[in-house]
Amino acid sequence: MAKKITQKTKTEMPCRDAGERSRSFDEVALGYTIDMAVAEANRCIECKNEPCIAGCPVGIDIPTFICQVAAGDFQAAWQTLSADNLLPAICGRVCPQEEQCECKCTLGRKFDPVAIGRLERFVADHAASQGWQVGGTIAPPSGRAVAVVGSGPAGLTAAADLARLGHKVTIFEALHKPGGVLVYGIPEFRLPKTIVSREVQALEQLGVEIKTNHVIGRTFTVDDLFDELRYDAVFIGTGAGLPHFPKIPGVNLIGVYSANEYLTRSNLMKAYRFPESDTPMIRARNVAVIGGGNTAMDSVRTAKRLGADHAYLVYRRSRDEMPARHEEIEHAEEEGIELLLLAAPIEIVGDAESRVRVLRCERMALGDPDASGRRSPVPIPGSAFDLEVEVVVFAVGQGANPLISGTTPDLPVNKWGNIVADDATGATQKRGVFAGGDIVTGGATVISAMGAGRRAAQAIHAFLTAPAAAPDTPIGV
Amino acid sequence: MYPVLENELLSQDVHRLWIEAPHVARKRKPGQFVIIRVGEEGERIPLTIADVDTARGAIALIVQGVGKSTRELNLVPAGGTVLDVAGPLGRPTHIEPGAHVCCVGGGIGAAVVYPIACGVKASGGRVTAILGGRTKDLVLLEREMRAVADACHVTTDDGSAGAKGLVTDALSAIIAEGVRIDEVVAVGPVPMMRAVCELTRPLGLKTTVSLNPVMVDGTGMCGGCRVLIGGQQKFVCVDGPEFDGHLVDFGELSARLRAYRSQEAESLTHYCASH
Ligand SMILES: Cc1cc2nc3c(=O)[nH]c(=O)nc-3n(C[C@H](O)[C@H](O)[C@H](O)COP(=O)(O)OP(=O)(O)OC[C@H]3O[C@@H](n4cnc5c(N)ncnc54)[C@H](O)[C@@H]3O)c2cc1C
Ligand code: SF4
Ligand code: FES
Repeated sequence: MAKKITQKTKTEMPCRDAGERSRSFDEVALGYTIDMAVAEANRCIECKNEPCIAGCPVGIDIPTFICQVAAGDFQAAWQTLSADNLLPAICGRVCPQEEQCECKCTLGRKFDPVAIGRLERFVADHAASQGWQVGGTIAPPSGRAVAVVGSGPAGLTAAADLARLGHKVTIFEALHKPGGVLVYGIPEFRLPKTIVSREVQALEQLGVEIKTNHVIGRTFTVDDLFDELRYDAVFIGTGAGLPHFPKIPGVNLIGVYSANEYLTRSNLMKAYRFPESDTPMIRARNVAVIGGGNTAMDSVRTAKRLGADHAYLVYRRSRDEMPARHEEIEHAEEEGIELLLLAAPIEIVGDAESRVRVLRCERMALGDPDASGRRSPVPIPGSAFDLEVEVVVFAVGQGANPLISGTTPDLPVNKWGNIVADDATGATQKRGVFAGGDIVTGGATVISAMGAGRRAAQAIHAFLTAPAAAPDTPIGV
Repeated sequence: MYPVLENELLSQDVHRLWIEAPHVARKRKPGQFVIIRVGEEGERIPLTIADVDTARGAIALIVQGVGKSTRELNLVPAGGTVLDVAGPLGRPTHIEPGAHVCCVGGGIGAAVVYPIACGVKASGGRVTAILGGRTKDLVLLEREMRAVADACHVTTDDGSAGAKGLVTDALSAIIAEGVRIDEVVAVGPVPMMRAVCELTRPLGLKTTVSLNPVMVDGTGMCGGCRVLIGGQQKFVCVDGPEFDGHLVDFGELSARLRAYRSQEAESLTHYCASH
């Protein structure tokens, strides 16, 4: 232990005022200044066993980059960080650090852990403002071509790593804009879209071609990618995009949205600027969002920004069980979001025009822990109550999209429709096809999808360079 | 950017656009659609692929200018471009080789049944077509349909073209003749599709309809296009767009189609005011 602890709590990160921001889509958290970053980095006690590294799914060399920040050598910190993480500006903003790097921090046993995420964000933003390029080199062309399906964090990471290894990479994206959940799901106020497009541009500078409006399974099947377009390997990172609706009366009334639709309309299609942008959405005075994860939190905070007087979050367990990031729950409460805990919807009632008027809920009590270790909610008989709302948003999890599995019969999926892939390599049971991210694990995190993309890129490289895989056909496209 | 090769006025407010989109043209099959975005602020709008020209790598869309986005699309001249064309989307029509199919198209629905009729003919089947509209100008693709169908009947509400009456009157008459029909494919406004289904249901005559709910992504990601089919929740963009008409909850579909009526009017007013 090298240092004496002088500051027990994290250096605060400035935020936009709650009243102001609850009506605006501008980013909430403003990031550290240089002085704040250096002060926070100096809290690191440089302990020998470096437990934080093990907490990071991509194993960033956290102590080294923090030490470099403390010394004021931000360029060196950027080199360290960008060597391990392709999207640090994004991870620093959206990673659940309290469950990952920061929860392992030695300092955290007694005091606040080092604010690793905030420092990561600072270094990445500072590098962008200085125009520093990503560290690392690009190998000479290998003559092999890889198709990456989906441009979420898994696909972007796999594409970047493969391009650096000298392979020709094409990303096929179904939507009109690359980024996956980073562009259609996570709102501007939490992750500005300019940051995502900056990362996508960096990828294009590596020579990666991005073909939007290409829906694999329809425009081309996976087999077409090999047989017609002559790719040597395929990486599938198509995410967990199929929304679930509960089986209760009224889910098809007007004003009932999946979180995916609600957020896509607002984020990707910019419906919050309607009629300047063409996509509409129902702007209601009273909105109820069902769920307790990040998706629910993003939806309910969006509802408030779209002008709701009452934006309720209805969650069937208690606050402690909410899977959303703690910081986001706090931010939401500051913005006036009303949490209705231990409550679950049982029916949605509409008017004569089939528009939502009432969300009927019942109160829950926590029973014994279930298989996942969380205490399962049990309805309290006779506890039904009504919420008057015009919009109901379900953020209750999602399944796997069947477009690829339905058109690739020799690609096995599990009973939930997720592609079966080896955790260490992403290899599927179909030769030359690898998969990673939410399409394999079900809804998880940005950083875990990136980790999967990175591991798969290594495995694809090994597959392409193994003697057995020598090219027998010329590469076209 | 996808070049618009031709833009032809078919009837008042109805245009046929040929758009170069080789990635869509190469694989598209009857029954499939695309999602178009005209410009940077544009919505994603689903449109049936009415025809294909593989030599030019182009698809034809028949667009009725009803709202802001469709009017804007109809204004793109030959030589202009649209920003995004994604597809082909949806499941292709299931065509039974050699079957006798009665293709019923109401108004713009003709653009959907026409490629299906072509598909039926291509697989050795027989097509009896019925095209209907409120008035003469709203009967679309009659010439094209006559060129492929074995027989083509036209109905208008006001009698300005073909027989005065509804498509269901023509369908009843054909059924009454006692010709064996294997399947009816009906596409048009919801009340028309519902009426056809009510007519064929007691006869046990297989009836397929193509649905046009509000969509966003068209890839199964948002669930906005959901409909009830035989009590089951289905996503039209991936499970459809064609379904067994006897199982469709048309009441719910037509309610959901009205979801954004006031916003659509607002968008159009805003557009007209600024153009
Ligand atoms: C609203 C919301 C908030 C979240 N907040 C956080 C957070 O704060 N922190 C965190 O760590 N995680 C968060 N997550 C989870 C995280 O975003 C995901 O785990 C992560 O994005 C998964 O990455 P992916 O690359 O596997 O897939 P995705 O990001 O889902 O990307 C998949 C891409 O593939 C495309 N695609 C799908 N099918 C096809 C096809 N057939 N052909 C071509 N392209 C296709 C899709 O259009 C999409 O662009 C959040 C998720 C949501 C929905
Ligand atoms: S990527 Fe995420 S887990 Fe890793 S150091 Fe950064 S914030 Fe922590
Ligand atoms: S349009 Fe979004 S799921 Fe069908």
